[in-house]
This record gives sequence, structure tokens and C-alpha cells, in this order.
Amino acid sequence: MGKKMGMWFFLFTEILFFGGMFLLYSIYRYKYSQDFHSGAAEENIILGTINTVILLTSSLTIALSIAAVKKGKNIPSSLLQGATILMGVTFLVIKYFEWTAKINIGIYPDSPVLLKLAKGEILFFGLYYVMTGLHGLHVLVGVVVISFMLHFTRRETINRDNYARLENTGLYWHFVDIVWIYLYPLFYLIT
Amino acid sequence: MEEKYAKDHAVATSTYTAVWLALLILLAGTIAVAKLRLLAQFSVLGSLLIASAKTGLVLAFFMHLKYEGRFLKAMLTVAVAALTLLIGLTFVDVWLR
Repeated sequence: MGKKMGMWFFLFTEILFFGGMFLLYSIYRYKYSQDFHSGAAEENIILGTINTVILLTSSLTIALSIAAVKKGKNIPSSLLQGATILMGVTFLVIKYFEWTAKINIGIYPDSPVLLKLAKGEILFFGLYYVMTGLHGLHVLVGVVVISFMLHFTRRETINRDNYARLENTGLYWHFVDIVWIYLYPLFYLIT
Repeated sequence: MEEKYAKDHAVATSTYTAVWLALLILLAGTIAVAKLRLLAQFSVLGSLLIASAKTGLVLAFFMHLKYEGRFLKAMLTVAVAALTLLIGLTFVDVWLR
């Protein structure tokens, strides 16, 4: 209980960290709903949906990896953690292609093309880059941390009697998943 | 008491898989709501409600909140309430300006 409490406290600060950006998004969306509508139409729904499936599935694999360690099954747990890492990396690769496609048509912060758009669209893409960027950074951190957990699990310093580190890593990964659960409809679906 | 929480609830693989399937169904649902323009005027609300249902599932099962003590649940409620209040009050300010 105590070991997890620290992680939960950290996640509460993360709620407010992302919460501030969600606040900005909702106010600007309210003030510039037509511009947000046209902005969202530019997003690639297929890639966004694939990434959602990837993150939801990676949440399943990390949860199963923890359940496996609790039963003393370190090898299946390592494989599940490896799968989670692979999905995290795939998510980031897809994100890279999405950003590149946008940058190629001249849509990036402060670009001449972007600055000619309506004010609300500038805000939409600004929020898009900041929010998916910071979320992507969280995914990257998660991938690195899970890689360490995989190492510990293989060396069996994480085992059926000592798995708090892995459990906390799981909590963090699920939180990152939850942030995406909201980012996905807000940037890709709502038009 | 402490023993009860220290000894973790083992959640069955089938439970996790069922939660994952439910999440995918909700994902399909949220696309349907947005693309088929079902309830067009409520699309924002609908999408956010579905996202919150997905979040509830992740929190309850993947994050084990269902099996945690009251203290942690209360703490999370306070954090979420703080964010809701923050967004709510800001909107009141925007509307009344």
C-alpha cells in the first residue's frame, strides 16, 4: 500500500499538469469552435485510431506482466514487458510520421503557413503539438523505465516477493494511456 | 487490515482480457458517435462520456483501484474534483464576461 501511495501522489500532480492544458483546450474550443472543427479535420483519424488500439493493448500487456510476476512466472512477464516496450516504440514511430506529414505541409509552430490560418486554428495546432508532444515524452519515459524493469525481471531482482517497482511502472503506463484516451477524441474525432 | 492490502488481489487473465475487449468496443463506439453523426449536437459530450467510461475501466481494473482502500479512492476523488472545479470555474468566468 505505502509503496504505491508515492506513485499515486505523483500521478495526482500529473493530472493537474495535463489538466492545465485540457483547460486551455476547452476554453479555446468554446471560443473558436469553427476553427477547431477545421483543424481537427486535418488530423489523420486512421493513424490516431491505430495508436489508440496500440496503447490500450500495451496497457493490457503491462497489467498481465505484473500478474505473471506475482505468480513467479518471470519469463512470460519479461516477454509481456518486451511487447509493451515494442508497442510504446511503435506508437512513437507513428507519431513521428504524423508530425512529419504536418511539418511537410508547413504546419508547425510559428510557420508562415500556420500564421496565415485563422486564430483558432493556430491555437488548435499549437495545442496539438504541445499536448501530443508532452504525451509522447511521457510515452518515451515509460519505454525507458519499462526497459529497466525488463532488465530487473530477467535478473530476478523483480520477483514474486518484490515487484513494487514493476507495479508502479504499470500505474504510470496506465496513466499515460488515460491521457491518450482523452487526447484521441479531442484532436481526432470531435469535429 | 494492512495484511489485506499487502496481500494483493490476483486479477484473473480473463478479467484483464475482458476489460481490454470492452475498451476496444468503447473505442468503436466513440468512432461511431463521431463519424455517423449520431446525436450530432451531443458529440462532444458523448465522446467525453465514452472517454470517461474507458478511463473508469482502466482505473478500476488495470490500475487496481477497485481493490484499493478507501483512502486512495478519496485522494483520487479530491484530485479529480480539483480539476473539475478549476475547469468549471474558468468556464463560469468565460460565460459571464
